[in-house]
Amino acid sequence: MFTEEELQKVQEIRSHYPTNLAAVMGVLHMYQDKAGIVDEKGVAYVAKLIDVPEEHVLGVATFYEMYHQHPTGKYKLQVCTNVSCMLCNSDMVLKTIKDRIGIGIGEMTDDGLFSVHEVECLGSCGTAPVLSLNKQYHENLTPEKINELIDTMKAKG
Amino acid sequence: MIDYQPVILPNIPDLHKIDVYEQHGGYAQIRKALGMKPTDVIDIVKASGLRGRGGAAFPTGLKWSFMPQQGDKPSYLCVNGDESEPGSFKDRQIFEFNPHLMIEGILIAGYALRIKAAYIYIRGEYETWVRMVEKAVADAYAKGYAGERMKETFGTDYSVEIYVHRGAGAYICGEESSLMNSIEGKRPYPRVKPPFPAQVGLWDCPTTINNVETIANVPVILEKGADWFKSIGAEKHPGPILYGISGHVNKPGVYELPTGMLLTELIFDVAGGVPGGKKIKMVIPGGSSMPPLRGDALEGIRMDADSLKAAGSAIGTAGIMVMDEDTDLTRILTRITHFYKVESCGQCTPCREGTGWMLKVLNRMLAGEGESKDLDLLHSVAGNIEGNTVCALGDAAAWPVKFAIERFRDEFEAELRQELPRTIVPTVT
Ligand SMILES: Cc1cc2nc3c(=O)[nH]c(=O)nc-3n(C[C@H](O)[C@H](O)[C@H](O)COP(=O)(O)O)c2cc1C
Ligand code: SF4
Ligand code: FES
Repeated sequence: MFTEEELQKVQEIRSHYPTNLAAVMGVLHMYQDKAGIVDEKGVAYVAKLIDVPEEHVLGVATFYEMYHQHPTGKYKLQVCTNVSCMLCNSDMVLKTIKDRIGIGIGEMTDDGLFSVHEVECLGSCGTAPVLSLNKQYHENLTPEKINELIDTMKAKG
Repeated sequence: MIDYQPVILPNIPDLHKIDVYEQHGGYAQIRKALGMKPTDVIDIVKASGLRGRGGAAFPTGLKWSFMPQQGDKPSYLCVNGDESEPGSFKDRQIFEFNPHLMIEGILIAGYALRIKAAYIYIRGEYETWVRMVEKAVADAYAKGYAGERMKETFGTDYSVEIYVHRGAGAYICGEESSLMNSIEGKRPYPRVKPPFPAQVGLWDCPTTINNVETIANVPVILEKGADWFKSIGAEKHPGPILYGISGHVNKPGVYELPTGMLLTELIFDVAGGVPGGKKIKMVIPGGSSMPPLRGDALEGIRMDADSLKAAGSAIGTAGIMVMDEDTDLTRILTRITHFYKVESCGQCTPCREGTGWMLKVLNRMLAGEGESKDLDLLHSVAGNIEGNTVCALGDAAAWPVKFAIERFRDEFEAELRQELPRTIVPTVT
């Protein structure tokens, strides 16, 4: 699964801590970034790689929001609907997305290109409303900005 | 308006670059610290009156004095950049615009506390900022300011390693004992205290946890002196502070100013007031966990620990959320409660079950099927969570509900009678 270079990165992460177990989050991030999912196979792979029991890795992988056990769209639209964004009209963000690609929270387009997720405060309340597209923040959203963003992703495919 | 020159986020272009940081006196304060005894550094921080910027406003020098100055075990520092409290977006500014100030603060704290390694914990969603901080740390290593080569650079036998640890989307990891379990690679359940981290922390070794902004204040204290620091802002809670102002204001953002500013001054003068000149219904002064204040009773309330305590709230992260007169409080309270329910680690029954129960009742109210007695039920469930849990997330979930109902009963009753509009009037269209 991991390339030589990536395995070196694993070693580097491991060297930051006195135990193997502490490397689990960093290596799970690497796996998630590469495979787009941390499924059973991923858990087994990471466990073997850093030599810790699978149930440990599973326990960590299932606790955190950012390790996905189920497939998501190629482009993940993670919309903040917490207080400051709500006050600045995150309803509009969800509606604009729905009008444009026909899906709402927890759904994925049939072609697997987009999925929409409701997320908690992204730490960007001063530039609300906000969404994160594959970990890239888009702030001070307007319908125009959102449509433009979706069009760009569609064109890229 | 107030005459104040920012020191945490000064207006210097490209300050995030190590060369620019050096040109402006960067990495001189660690040199100064290394010429002192570690306990003298702690004494200066104590004398400055610096209090933690992560939520509890605990005196930093006192916290540092709990750490053993010698022993067989290594000591650790965790720099808390989990920044997931709704309404808080300030540490991110330090990561982006002045990361070396934080790094120099780590070096100084590290020396004072005889730290072997420091972990900067950054929430996983901040991928962009993780990269910025990783770059800054790498640059500090390359210049010999961190790691083994420090000894050569500064000509002493002290050195400290600095690592960036990425979170993966869990608010609870900001709680200090959960954060340590997260770094250790365990499921991040908060730990029962005592023992406290200064005795039994990371890998059972002495550990101090400080917020990013707290650490960033340390080089400033060394440079300008404890007396200067103490002279800024509120007497018992002094220094520069990063206010995050969001919601219904004309100029939302992070503003560095002295502690103890009037809430009204911050909202109206600094953040430009409320769009459309509307009245304010509610203000949450320090992130969503803090008790909400009535908009018609803000006069005279200052943003420091004592003033806010007297007003029945707390400073938290100094993330101020402003809601105008048309805001649907039932919807806001439902959203806040939803947050705590989702983020509860589930370890204690009152928190796990109580947040779920409150959310159910609030959803019923939101659907227009609530009754006046639901407010009493909510208040009682909140009261049963408060003080009965392992960590402070329980209180954080209880307070907004409890105090919103106590302070806005008239509003909720009117909403129940469906006399008020059911939607938030947006400020952005
Ligand atoms: C649920 C919960 C979440 C917290 N999140 C954060 C956080 O994101 N950042 C932070 O600095 N402190 C957070 N805290 C407070 C920390 O537990 C701790 O008090 C703080 O990091 C200490 O640093 P300070 O003394 O410099 O403020 C949180 C506390 C709780 C109970
Ligand atoms: S109070 Fe809630 S979040 Fe904290 S330990 Fe208990 S269940 Fe977990
Ligand atoms: S509430 Fe949306 S970023 Fe904070």
